[in-house]
Amino acid sequence: MTGLYANELTLAYDDASIIHNLRLAIPMGQVTALVGPNGCGKSTLLRGISRLLKPKHGTVILDGQDIWKLPTKELAKRLGILPQSPVAPEGLTVHELVAQGRYPHQSWLQQWSAEDERVTQEALAITHIEDFADRPVDTLSGGQRQRAWIAMTLAQDSEVILLDEPTTFLDLAYQIDVLDLLYELNRQRKKTIVMVVHDLNHACRYADYLVAVKEGQIAAQGIPSEVVTERLVREVFGVECLIIPDPVTATPLVVPVGRTGKTQPKETVYKADERPDEAEREIA
Amino acid sequence: MSVQTKVVSRNTTRILGSRSLLLPGLVVGVVVLVGGVLWSITLGAADITPDTVYAALFNFDSTSFQHLIIQTVRLPRVLTGVIVGASLAVAGAIMQGLTRNPLADSGILGINSGASFAVVMGVFLLGNPPLSLYAILAFIGAGLASGLVYMLGAMGRGGATPLKLTLAGVILSAFISSFTTAILIGDQETLDKIRFWTAGSLAGRDMALLTQTAPYMLAGLAGAFFISRQITTISLGEDVAKGLGQQTGWVKVLAAVVVVMLAGGAVSLAGPIGFVGLVVPHVVRFMVGVDYRWVVPYSAVLGGILVTVADVGARVIIRPQELPVGVVMAIVGAPFFIWLARWKVKR
Amino acid sequence: MASESHAHSVRGTWVTIRPRWGRFSYRFDKRVPLVALGIVIFTLVTLVVSISYGEYDIPPLEVVRTIFNVNQDHADYANYRLVVHTFRLPRITLAFLVGMTLAVSGAIMQGITRNPLADPYLLGVSGGASLAAVTVIVWLRITTAGLLPWAAFAGALITAGAIYGLAWKRGSSTPIRLILIGIALESVIGAVTTVMLLFGNINDVQQAYVWLTGSVYGRNWEHVQVLGAWLIVFMPMATLMGRELNTMGLGDDAAKGLGQRVERQRGLLMVVSVALAAGAVAVAGTIGFVGLVAPHVTRRLVGPSHEGLLPVSALFGGALLVLADLIGRWAIAPSELPVGVVTAMIGAPYFIYLLYRNRNR
Repeated sequence: MTGLYANELTLAYDDASIIHNLRLAIPMGQVTALVGPNGCGKSTLLRGISRLLKPKHGTVILDGQDIWKLPTKELAKRLGILPQSPVAPEGLTVHELVAQGRYPHQSWLQQWSAEDERVTQEALAITHIEDFADRPVDTLSGGQRQRAWIAMTLAQDSEVILLDEPTTFLDLAYQIDVLDLLYELNRQRKKTIVMVVHDLNHACRYADYLVAVKEGQIAAQGIPSEVVTERLVREVFGVECLIIPDPVTATPLVVPVGRTGKTQPKETVYKADERPDEAEREIA
Repeated sequence: MSVQTKVVSRNTTRILGSRSLLLPGLVVGVVVLVGGVLWSITLGAADITPDTVYAALFNFDSTSFQHLIIQTVRLPRVLTGVIVGASLAVAGAIMQGLTRNPLADSGILGINSGASFAVVMGVFLLGNPPLSLYAILAFIGAGLASGLVYMLGAMGRGGATPLKLTLAGVILSAFISSFTTAILIGDQETLDKIRFWTAGSLAGRDMALLTQTAPYMLAGLAGAFFISRQITTISLGEDVAKGLGQQTGWVKVLAAVVVVMLAGGAVSLAGPIGFVGLVVPHVVRFMVGVDYRWVVPYSAVLGGILVTVADVGARVIIRPQELPVGVVMAIVGAPFFIWLARWKVKR
Repeated sequence: MASESHAHSVRGTWVTIRPRWGRFSYRFDKRVPLVALGIVIFTLVTLVVSISYGEYDIPPLEVVRTIFNVNQDHADYANYRLVVHTFRLPRITLAFLVGMTLAVSGAIMQGITRNPLADPYLLGVSGGASLAAVTVIVWLRITTAGLLPWAAFAGALITAGAIYGLAWKRGSSTPIRLILIGIALESVIGAVTTVMLLFGNINDVQQAYVWLTGSVYGRNWEHVQVLGAWLIVFMPMATLMGRELNTMGLGDDAAKGLGQRVERQRGLLMVVSVALAAGAVAVAGTIGFVGLVAPHVTRRLVGPSHEGLLPVSALFGGALLVLADLIGRWAIAPSELPVGVVTAMIGAPYFIYLLYRNRNR
């Protein structure tokens, strides 16, 4: 039984329960996005799946085995996690950071094998950061830094990679860059990607599978084009919106109405089949 | 050090929840303080009844031996304890607000190490100076050291940030102390004369000494009350304070001056006494929250009570000898602090 | 390791040792061997100068010849031998070992807490050792050398254990709680120590003061052997665990994601750090600043990776203490400054310089 499953999972900090009795199957070989409003428990859920948080109740199963019963390094060889906005020690170079990804493959005596070297170089190459390999991580731009951290999880050589808000605090260009990179990793390297994403439109565009979390429960899950509806966005995020096809990818594009939108005649919001520049002209 | 700010903000569950209880609470504190003072005066080598204490204070008879003891020995000592405790507690509260570091007290500004160095130098060079000269030397040393710490901590952009100030204080204190140690190790006579002073004590403090130093400290207490509203604002963070229109640079300098007057005065009267400045502000914030208009007076009263009671302990526990009051306080204060750390620090 | 079998990594910033036989590999920054060599040369020169200097001066060349016992025909050989082998060489060797120990202990503490200001005494090692030592010197008035190191060692370990135990709650002891409880417990211990220093015989008290400051005065080969044996156990362990410190440095979550058992490794590293510090304190008292300064400077020289940082800061700490000991003997000759006073006088200005450099950050 291959795959990653959460079974009757209940997660809590101290005494405050965040996730209640949740069931989830992560589709292997796909990109899965966890979405939901602030405080809904999506990051907590990711922490639960990745063994950063011990469940109060229930299990997480990877390839038929309870992840809490696997040796930690065994799990790390199969499942990598990139926490939200990680900080590298001052002066650590990109190469040194990426090399850390080899930790689960090493031991006290076997600290740097030829295989370690090869995989690290490959991870640097895939993420296109070879040119900064000898620069300290803290001197890089936000986007380059995030690439370096992703390279580290790649060097871990795990089938599944979990990421907690990989695009927070990045400029728009870097957000797209990081998401494109994750997409390529999935398509070209067959990595299973699970990420918490803040922007619903990014989730719709890049994810094969979308899980909407509300108040510690799954509100909906499935292919974005089937799952994301105006009603779902209203129920989960409490936002009135229109759903139109993304003019580039034809995936759902969520356009919030907001208070400014309500005061204007509905016609000024451009229709699905119109091109954006025509819509602009119409608004003007 | 910045991570520790959490402790302060977590202490906001108050005992005196309602604002209407704050003033009566303070009055009760003052009554307890006065009671403690009178109780302390009755205790000593020979116990004196409360009646006699009352008579000695309000109906002084210069032919009575007991009245003389009260007026010349016990009263000055207990008053010294009160003002020292009040000053150290208020200085500690201000330092904790200013540096947003719950482990700060006036020692962070280098006051104790500066005072100790000056006094040790004085004894080393002059042989046997009177206690009043100790006081002057201590005050000068405290002032110079804290000025130096402040200058070092205020270098560069952003002025005296909590982290820079703390670092400067810790480093400079260690530096000055290494010279003090060098002298004490080299000169046994100085070590012998000074070791009681460096432990902090109220023994033998007379009225002349008190009246020489007390005005500075009273001025410091008034100053602390005067800037308490500003301290509340700056304890929320410097950017917030600036956003609210505060001239934070001036507030910090004023606060530092107040702390030097308070803690410098205290160290010159009683030597370097620890713990009261560290612990009392924590207890007070636990009681009244983070509004420094209340934290300052409460700290003063509670600090006075703590030192008065600890001094009773210091005199009584191994009678006829005396323990240093700072030692008694540390032994009383530490278990409280451990409790605080265990139950209040969640992360 | 066999030198012909080591391979340079592709980028050339690393030296990798990977013998053809067996399953062993280790790597460190390319700067490490060069910096290490520099420090060793500096140490050896300082060592010779330090041995030749003193009330009884010995020409540097004769110092070297006496160390290797190749000048037995020299007229002053008997004196040289006594001064070099019995007095100066053991104390200077001990200074070097103590410096090594404190530096590695400090580097580990800084790594565990991710706080560059942590030092080997963070867990109450100095307070506990001091109380025990003052008890022996001032209270029990035992002057024979035998008991003191063991008492100090026990005091250090017991205090560290008590702090860790009191900070333990719900399966973990967070760094903040460790620091707070450490301060509280140390203040009680400090208060008791103060009382003893107040009421003790002034000669004993002065002796205790010297111990508290840290000194290698009058130490002999026996001390060197004991600390040396201790180091042989813990130093390789610390160095091999450098990799764990690197991973821990990425933050608890990232480290756990990489499969590290963070709590366990942290506990293990803490034990190593405390054990090292306790060993150093036992033979030389509570010398400050070495454990703080040496890792700092070394990080600037060879980067933050612990495989190289740990051994190089060991060498740096050793060199620093040999130098400080020389300064202490020379500064107010014929009297001596305890080495702990000198390290504070050197260390504090270094940190003030750091503060000045980073004033705009």
